[in-house]
Amino acid sequence: MNDSIAMRAEGLYKVFGKNPDNAVKKLRDGAGRDDLDGATAAVIDASFEVARGEIFVVMGLSGSGKSTLIRALNGLQPATAGTVTVGDDSITEATPAQLREIRRHQVSMVFQHFALLPHRTVIDNVAYGLEIQGIDKDERIQRALKVTQVVGLKGWEEKYPSELSGGMQQRVGLARALAADSEVLLMDEAFSALDPLIRREMQDQLLELQSELGKTIIFITHDLNEAMYIGDRIAVMRDGRIVQIGTPEDILTNPANDYVEQFVQDVDRSKVLTAESVMRAPRAVIHENAGPHAALTAMRDNELSALYITKRDRTIVGWVRDRDVLDLVRQGAKDLAPAIQTDHGAVSKDTALADLFIPSLEAALALAVTDERDRLVGVIPRVTLLASLGGEPEAATSATPVVEPLPGDMVDKVLDSAAAKGDA
Amino acid sequence: MEFRIPVGEWIDGFFDWLENTFSWFFEFLRELFIGMVDAVDWVFATPPALVVIAIVAIAALFARGWKFAIGAAVGLLFIMSVDQWDNAVDSLALVLVAAFLAVALAVPLGIWAARNDTVSKIVKPIMDFLQTLPAFVYLIPAIALFRVGVAPGVVATLVFAMAPGVRLTELGIRGVDKEVVEAGEAFGATPRRILRQIQIPLAMPSIMAGINQIIMLSLSMVVIAGFVGAGGLGGDVVQAISALNARLGWEAGLSVVVLAILLDRFTASFGQGMGLYSHWARQRKLRREQEEQARIDAMELEAAGARREPGSAGA
Repeated sequence: MNDSIAMRAEGLYKVFGKNPDNAVKKLRDGAGRDDLDGATAAVIDASFEVARGEIFVVMGLSGSGKSTLIRALNGLQPATAGTVTVGDDSITEATPAQLREIRRHQVSMVFQHFALLPHRTVIDNVAYGLEIQGIDKDERIQRALKVTQVVGLKGWEEKYPSELSGGMQQRVGLARALAADSEVLLMDEAFSALDPLIRREMQDQLLELQSELGKTIIFITHDLNEAMYIGDRIAVMRDGRIVQIGTPEDILTNPANDYVEQFVQDVDRSKVLTAESVMRAPRAVIHENAGPHAALTAMRDNELSALYITKRDRTIVGWVRDRDVLDLVRQGAKDLAPAIQTDHGAVSKDTALADLFIPSLEAALALAVTDERDRLVGVIPRVTLLASLGGEPEAATSATPVVEPLPGDMVDKVLDSAAAKGDA
Repeated sequence: MEFRIPVGEWIDGFFDWLENTFSWFFEFLRELFIGMVDAVDWVFATPPALVVIAIVAIAALFARGWKFAIGAAVGLLFIMSVDQWDNAVDSLALVLVAAFLAVALAVPLGIWAARNDTVSKIVKPIMDFLQTLPAFVYLIPAIALFRVGVAPGVVATLVFAMAPGVRLTELGIRGVDKEVVEAGEAFGATPRRILRQIQIPLAMPSIMAGINQIIMLSLSMVVIAGFVGAGGLGGDVVQAISALNARLGWEAGLSVVVLAILLDRFTASFGQGMGLYSHWARQRKLRREQEEQARIDAMELEAAGARREPGSAGA
């Protein structure tokens, strides 16, 4: 067993109604969801692996089988066929007692409508999982207190769930799942019942907690923007089948079929796409010790008015303007350094498109994109930025500036002569 | 028409057989019921009536508040003043024993029916049958099996009053939010634990309504039990009917009403947060909550202090 896989589902089926095994056989032979006389297939042939520390989002509209799928993962809904394993333990083959043991220690769950015990205080709710694990009272309260503080509910420990707002109640639900200290967290539409502002806040908090605690999270949602925002990978479900599994960018840029494509139409691309996915190879780059002559030649050959300067290992140093380099060449200087301006304004390749506009405006030339070691990996001309927002980044390659600016010296001459006339 | 199904004969024959085969068992039950009713009767009948009234009034104050306390005292004084006190105590003992037994049977049966669909399917028609069969019809086999006296009264009352208890218990447990039950399962709780910690506490309002209904139906059966010689207020009502004694009929009848109202208000007040007791309980809870929160805050402060100490030592 691969240690990096936290949860694995293979050929998972869940059929409700009469004669489910027969229905599975039919589905395997290629029958459609509607040819099952009487049986309802909620999940059909679902297979996926979730890596440790990953946020895996299952996205689908209501009736797509996503809630059934997540319940099959911890055995709340026993699978009709197929296997589910958590770590090294099989969920689908466990006895009821083994299943309880797995649920106590390996998989916990957060529910859409919070599912708190209304007759218990916040702290007792948070400690519920620990209580079932058989941990004695003092210790479980201690541990629950820590988690309660982590989710930001300090001072509310002795309140009852009905005294809390929806967002706070879900924090209790989240704390309860975290306190159980299990590797895998199943979240069933956990934020869907919250209003948008609170939802965003909870999403941020979840991402923060995840990066701190490194839990494996399987998150169910019908909200594509939510899926795109928190998911490392997304599985799109339709009519019981997983139609595509991929990173948010994959799904957005290479939808597997018309359904997914239609679905992603409304997504705010500027928030999902990153600089890396739209950047182009820089037309020309000069090393810092190449000398003014080489720089000027490169600019002339590529019809550029400015250039990025890098070190030998491609770390970005700054940029030069053609005029400054021209001056250096006239002076006969051998070193490019005096012309280099260091305010290159480069962005990291993970930056969302939405955050590129202002840097792009401020940059004197195509926006530089760097990797985590500050190396120049690409540039984004403004036209490319606009084109990728429209969904077709390729359009930018054929685009030429609509109106070429007049050559500077021509403008200078005209202005000079106009000034002379005015003086006369 | 000559054709006729002798259902009555069959059932009668069945009870005859039951009586002959298990007479020792019914004899045992008879003694048990009589003993229980006598014991409860003794508790209420031994102290002077005024002492009992005072105690009930204080209990009413705790349960619902001073208005109910006054009402209870006035009602009981009325019963005393129409010379029905002894009868009322007899009836009360019968009702309490029958209702106690009915609850002891109905609640577990309701829980079982809620957890098992097959049981539910079997129990439901039986409860329909028990509830709709005219109450007098119970009395005949009850007399056959338990002879005249308090025992058939207890049995007829218990059987008649059970149904709503079973129904409301089942309904309450089935009505518990599915997600909360799922939460229990998802954290690995055993079914028994889910029942104890989630289903029963959350179904409590419904179960209490069932218990309230059991007590009310028991009381309405008490009058009918008078026909089998169970005595009490029912005995006087039966006597009033046979002698066409309207005066006695009214006095005994109104006493039943007073008892009914008292019992209903008492049982309905459980868990409603009324009265002196709830007031105290709330204050106690609030105090405990504050203490608990203070303890938690202190604990955290201590932890924070421990973190800060090395820093302050360095400064």
